[in-house]
Amino acid sequence: MGGAWLQFVAGGLTAGAIYALVALGFSIVYNASHAINFAQGEFVMAGGMSAVSLVGMGLPLWAAVPLAVAAAALVGLLVQRLALEPAQAGGRADVVTLIIITIGVSLFLRGAAQVLWDKGIHPLPSFSGSTPITVGGASIVPQSLWVLGGTALAVLVLAWFFNRTLYGKAMRAAAVNPLAAQLMGVSTRGVMRTSFALAGALGALGGVLTAPITFTAYDVGVMLGLKGFAAAMLGGLGSFGGAVAGGLLLGLLESFGAGVISSAYKDALAFVVILAVLFLMPGGLVGARRTERV
Amino acid sequence: MRNFASVRAWCTRGLVALAALAAAAAAWAQEPIRVGSFLAVTGPASFLGDPEQKTLQMQIDKINADGGVLGRKLELVAYDSAGDAEKARTFVKRLIEQDKVDVIVGGSSTGETMAAIPLAEAAGIPFISLAGSVAIVEPVKKWVFKTPHTDRMACDKIFVDMKARGVSKAALISGSGGFDKSMRAECLKVAGNHGITIVADETYGAADTDMTAQLTKIKGSGAQAVMNPGFGQGPAIVTRNYRQVGLTQPLYQSHGVASKEYIKLSGEAAEGVRLPAAALLVSELLPANDPQKPVVTKYRADYEAKYKSDVSTFGGHAYDGLMIYVNAVKAAGSTDKAKVRDAIEATKGYVGTGGIVNMSPTDHLGLDLSAFRMLEIRNGTWTLVK
Repeated sequence: MGGAWLQFVAGGLTAGAIYALVALGFSIVYNASHAINFAQGEFVMAGGMSAVSLVGMGLPLWAAVPLAVAAAALVGLLVQRLALEPAQAGGRADVVTLIIITIGVSLFLRGAAQVLWDKGIHPLPSFSGSTPITVGGASIVPQSLWVLGGTALAVLVLAWFFNRTLYGKAMRAAAVNPLAAQLMGVSTRGVMRTSFALAGALGALGGVLTAPITFTAYDVGVMLGLKGFAAAMLGGLGSFGGAVAGGLLLGLLESFGAGVISSAYKDALAFVVILAVLFLMPGGLVGARRTERV
Repeated sequence: MRNFASVRAWCTRGLVALAALAAAAAAWAQEPIRVGSFLAVTGPASFLGDPEQKTLQMQIDKINADGGVLGRKLELVAYDSAGDAEKARTFVKRLIEQDKVDVIVGGSSTGETMAAIPLAEAAGIPFISLAGSVAIVEPVKKWVFKTPHTDRMACDKIFVDMKARGVSKAALISGSGGFDKSMRAECLKVAGNHGITIVADETYGAADTDMTAQLTKIKGSGAQAVMNPGFGQGPAIVTRNYRQVGLTQPLYQSHGVASKEYIKLSGEAAEGVRLPAAALLVSELLPANDPQKPVVTKYRADYEAKYKSDVSTFGGHAYDGLMIYVNAVKAAGSTDKAKVRDAIEATKGYVGTGGIVNMSPTDHLGLDLSAFRMLEIRNGTWTLVK
């Protein structure tokens, strides 16, 4: 039985790491604009599909992966520049308006992917083979380690960026009080663009790392976006630690739900736990208590 | 008397209208035969709808180039339902009421088809479905036919093969889509007939990315073989996870993944996987005396030459649906819906891509287990299991 439990943990953490990366993207954009970017899942798709087509063109993986992440960062930047900035131009746009724009953007990106690529499901070669590694009765594909390691690295880089660099600190300042930050010389427009580019890159990283395990297609963003959003809410929107905790917890809940209780109710189980957590802790697990601005 | 006068006036008007109708009918003789269709060309079931639509278009162009049917050309009116039953219902309404089609050949998935059945039945229009579930033709509905083998036939075929390999305890792992659920239910129903006990019955969500938890449970269940009803990327992930958690029992997939894409997605993990499928996929493996060989070889060559992509059985279902209709129109000598319906029901010995079709008033599918060939994946391609 011990082996089985370890297997559930391994499966849960791998799935959870993907949710965590998506949730981080939600949090970054939320911090900068207080809007939920519903195109976050599409960034995952953009990264995965770009990597697949780059590899298809004959590029080696080590070149295709960074290029795909960069391409998705560019997509994020363009989304902010072309879709959201015009709405924000006349003073602070309503958050609801921004959210609705991101829904439109997600539909557009999904449609564009269908035209640009196709409607098929595509695998990406594993980064380091697919021979399972056995750890104490559980077997893990090497790609899972890439997913977990990549997520950990992304979290460390983000922490360093937001806590140790001047620009990162400026972004945090703009998140806390945009007006004051602007008066101190921080370009909120630059902050918004950077946060979308970061969100795009993070999503793409998730898409690229997981494509060898879960495959990718033009519509993978829908469900991943939803799960990532749930993870972000569970952890506490806007908190990076919360996003990671929420993602991993959601993955583990699903895995144990399926393995121990019943696979038919695993999604229901995960969402019931989320509801319970939000009922008791409306700010999420790690979310700071916020005062409502009127 | 006023009443009488008005009746006469009505009669005159009626006669004028009738004359106009007759004139119009003469013109209609040159009107194309309108073949309506609603298919999941996009969305999660696009791998069904896309080849189906391409096949219908290709085959209709071909028939028209050869002079059409009864001297009339065929015209395809197709809508993309994206696999959504609600959309399908709307489109079928439009096909019947606005486009006034002569037949409906379509419905990529069972959900879409079930939504369309009440409309086709009420309007009295022949409807040939391209979806898998046995529920479409059982109980028999007057106007509804289908071409793909049923999920129950797939279950039977798999259980017969399991039994031959000495399996008495099997596990099921199925997706949560309409096809998956329907096939799971059918398999649970017929397993007993073959003396097979289902010792584990696991499910996964349509967009799930990891099934190791369910498979770990199956590993501990004592199952001698595992069967995975489903389509899309789910079965490919199951196949990979299956090898990952170290399961070595025979794995059976359904005809839902009988496309090269499944092998491509699963990679090496697909080695040794068995699944029931139509003759079309293995046309080059069929012996020369197989009655289906000429039909499937020709359709396959045409499709692959025109669209530069691998043929799939799903496109074949559309081919069969269209040809059964065309044959029925020829047999009936008209496109009169009731006569064509009777002719479809009287289809005997039609050799199609899915098998040899013998319909009857109690069987609106007309296929038997011989329509399925048991395949095994070896060295990244299909082989026939003798």
